[in-house]
Amino acid sequence: MFSDFPLLSLVIWLPIIGGLLVLAAGKNDVLVRWLALAFALLTFLASLLLYTGFDSSTYQMQFAESASWVPTFNIHYSLGIDGISMPLILLTTFTTVLVVISSWEVIQRRVSQYMAAFLIMEGLMIGVFCALDAVLFYVFWEFMLLPMFLIIGIWGGQRRVYAAIKFFLYTFLGSVLLLVAVLYLYFQSDSFSILDFHDLRLSMNAQIVLFFAFLIAFAVKVPMWPVHTWLPDAHVEAPTGGSVILAAIMLKLGAYGFMRFMLPIVPDASHELDWLIILLSLIAVVYVAMVALVQEDMKKLIAYSSISHMGFVTLGLFVVFNIFDKTNSVAGAAMGVEGALVQMISHGFVSGALFLCVGVMYDRMHSRNISDYGGVVNTMPVFSGLMVFFAMANAGLPGTSGFVGEFMVILATFKANFWVAVLASTTLVLGAAYTLWMVKRVIFGKVTNPQVAELKDLNAREALVLGSLAVMVLLLGLWPAPLIDVMHASVGHLLEQAISSKL
Amino acid sequence: MNFEMPNFALALPEIFVLCMACIVLLVDLFVGERNRFITYLMAQATLVGAMVLTLGLSSGEVQYTFDGSFVRDTMGDVLKACIYLAVLIVFVYSRDYMRARQLFNGEYFVLGLFGVLGMMVMVSAHSLLTLYLGLELLSLCLYAMVALQRDSIAATEAAMKYFVLGSLASGILLYGMSMLYGVTGSLDIGEISAYVAQNVGDNLVLKFAIVFVVVGLAFKLGAVPFHMWAPDVYHGAATSVTIYIGTAPKIAAFAMVMRLLVDGLGGLHVEWQGMLVMLAILSLAVGNVIAIAQSNLKRMLAYSTIAHVGFLLLGVLAGTENGYASAMFYIIIYALMGLGGFGMIMLLSRAGFEADRLEDFKGLNERSPWFAFIMMILMISMAGIPVSAGFWAKLAVLQAVVRAEMVWLAVVAVIFSVIGAFYYLRIIKLMYFDKPEDTSPIKPAFDMRIVLSANGLAVLALGVFPGALSALCVEAMR
Repeated sequence: MFSDFPLLSLVIWLPIIGGLLVLAAGKNDVLVRWLALAFALLTFLASLLLYTGFDSSTYQMQFAESASWVPTFNIHYSLGIDGISMPLILLTTFTTVLVVISSWEVIQRRVSQYMAAFLIMEGLMIGVFCALDAVLFYVFWEFMLLPMFLIIGIWGGQRRVYAAIKFFLYTFLGSVLLLVAVLYLYFQSDSFSILDFHDLRLSMNAQIVLFFAFLIAFAVKVPMWPVHTWLPDAHVEAPTGGSVILAAIMLKLGAYGFMRFMLPIVPDASHELDWLIILLSLIAVVYVAMVALVQEDMKKLIAYSSISHMGFVTLGLFVVFNIFDKTNSVAGAAMGVEGALVQMISHGFVSGALFLCVGVMYDRMHSRNISDYGGVVNTMPVFSGLMVFFAMANAGLPGTSGFVGEFMVILATFKANFWVAVLASTTLVLGAAYTLWMVKRVIFGKVTNPQVAELKDLNAREALVLGSLAVMVLLLGLWPAPLIDVMHASVGHLLEQAISSKL
Repeated sequence: MNFEMPNFALALPEIFVLCMACIVLLVDLFVGERNRFITYLMAQATLVGAMVLTLGLSSGEVQYTFDGSFVRDTMGDVLKACIYLAVLIVFVYSRDYMRARQLFNGEYFVLGLFGVLGMMVMVSAHSLLTLYLGLELLSLCLYAMVALQRDSIAATEAAMKYFVLGSLASGILLYGMSMLYGVTGSLDIGEISAYVAQNVGDNLVLKFAIVFVVVGLAFKLGAVPFHMWAPDVYHGAATSVTIYIGTAPKIAAFAMVMRLLVDGLGGLHVEWQGMLVMLAILSLAVGNVIAIAQSNLKRMLAYSTIAHVGFLLLGVLAGTENGYASAMFYIIIYALMGLGGFGMIMLLSRAGFEADRLEDFKGLNERSPWFAFIMMILMISMAGIPVSAGFWAKLAVLQAVVRAEMVWLAVVAVIFSVIGAFYYLRIIKLMYFDKPEDTSPIKPAFDMRIVLSANGLAVLALGVFPGALSALCVEAMR
């Protein structure tokens, strides 16, 4: 029924047009907020059609669109989604609605620019997930930095300028190497189509060089140790909404890049150098978790926790070669990738929720320091219940979404290498340690700060946002099957590409 | 020897501009201070007329006249049209700026028109002599324009430096040309090209000639290490002159590179490629790194121009039709961005206030969100971030370099463009993150407001739909 309707274009351009309208609405803050909410909701509803109309039995690109864009360089405006990108699009549209609601009264300065930046960024991020042309992908990928740069810089905290510029330059450095890699592939294949790149035969030397270009580009975004240092700064300084988008979606773009570019285009180099990524992932999982343990700033703690959790994602993606070498079964390897994908979605909900929780407290107390709190449960019982729940999910409590992804990845890793799996499992201890210790110091204990005694519990708007996230976390934790079914065929295809040599 | 009547029709735009420049000069003597806008309108009408003539005469084929020393081809037509357009925009931006500084004299427009004539001759030159003639006509006009602000110490100093270094560069270029003449026995670019194609052997004099020619061209383009004049001249001259120097003559200089190196010495591509690689890398490095240290926007844009010249050279040195087309694409987009950048400075300036320091852009988003947005587009375009014309310009050049199997050079170029992104971001930071220091209202003239907005939006529009312009450039290089 929707076969001819350009649904993907609609989902990309609706928020961007909405953002421009919001900018035009200008000074009328009330109108701006409702307009922004309307466009975010409309986009979310439109993206639900992607789920209902999705055929999960095939790995082919669906809802495909294609039109010539720049004929001189054979660049096309071509879009399409598979089971890997579709859930991420839904995550994006869902999160943006929450971000718009959560910043309803919080943002009082330049409201229209704020809302417009988020809406435009939403469209651009969806564009990255849909793009099947490498230049189109790059345009969305790179342009997205600009609204985020402005969000951090205009509405951020004390050191916002430093954080914004660091964020921009770090990611820009990564992406220009991606551009050169893409241009090299264009030179080899005379096409910018990502699917053509997948079929391109490449020598081992070329693959290794491309591997490193992709690694730098995507590792910065994920972020992987040791190029993660922009993330804590950006998170701490960004306004709550910016942190949520950054943690919930932007980090996923890096992992998505690994799946769309690295594994299918340079499978042999990935196979050869998978130990490098596994090593970096383990460092992220173990070392960065320890770094999180000593943080005094709640946002910084969650930022480091994000890096640690994203280490699981890259681990799950690159452990597949080992599993396949040992067991020779695609199904076994699929668990690693599927676990990584579930972890991505789950982390989107959980980290977003935790940043929102910190935002709720920050709006009342104007402090992110753990030591300024204590005994919040006495004055904000509903909030405390939700925060403890999200903290448990972050620590990977069974029954929450955090458990599913981590468990699948660890299970898959055991098939590959026992010791790697043991190291990865330490996250269950460390993750619980830093999250619950923070909860203990913030939520429980005696009220020492008189300001805490004055706190008011969640209002309806905040309860709605956090409540809906809690429902998603629980739903995904108890019944992850709908998500995994959708991605199954695409993951299988991805693995086939990854294990077949291109030499 | 038969005397053949040259086909004047091909040079009609040049003849028209020459006549009109003289008429404007005469008319300006008789219109008083109060009616000076007549001069302005006539200068603009001249440019529009030249545009109509050039486009009207345009045909797909290559035609020669004046005994082969003058050529009319698609590349020339496109570049000339861009030059008219650029100068037209420069005049619009300059009018109020000049008036506020008691500089609103006929000389500016007359010199500007003669400069346009020089550029047209350069673009259409097909012999060394014509090329040199055009170059000198342009250069003399530029020297005089810089010196227009005769009471300003900075301007006179800039004019002096520009004159001395420019003459030196012209001398070097001429020396190279004389060697070329000595070796090939001809001034005609076609005959030089034929000679080079036949005598591929090791010819030391020819190599020397290339060195001198390349040095001369590098001076005129402002490529490192021959860039010293650029920051001082850009800074010292009145902004209305800087914007002129920084845009249209670069297009003409690109044409000169094409005529001399590609049309004339294309057979020796391997010889000059290495030199251009050095010039390009140095320009990218020095331009981008030193721009960071600038606190004056005009100086910063001067270094940014140097970096852009590095990118331009990358396209040329690829040595393929694809590369030349992308270099042409680059220079046209560069001119458009440069116009906007200097235009913004002129927009914010007023009598007694130049608005050329970085701090003057603080908090522009609060003073005028629309023009802050325009400036942001220009800055991301100069940094090469999508969606903007500058991104496609860089993409085109880089793909040409990768196609010429010099991936390492592309990596060097992109790394320097990351360094360069910092100082463009700093402008965005000043406009959006900081509080304004200067709160006087911005009230530009109506036409300036429209043209500057169109200029910025054109950069954005070309960023979304670069196809037509890039196809045109490919067509021009066939």
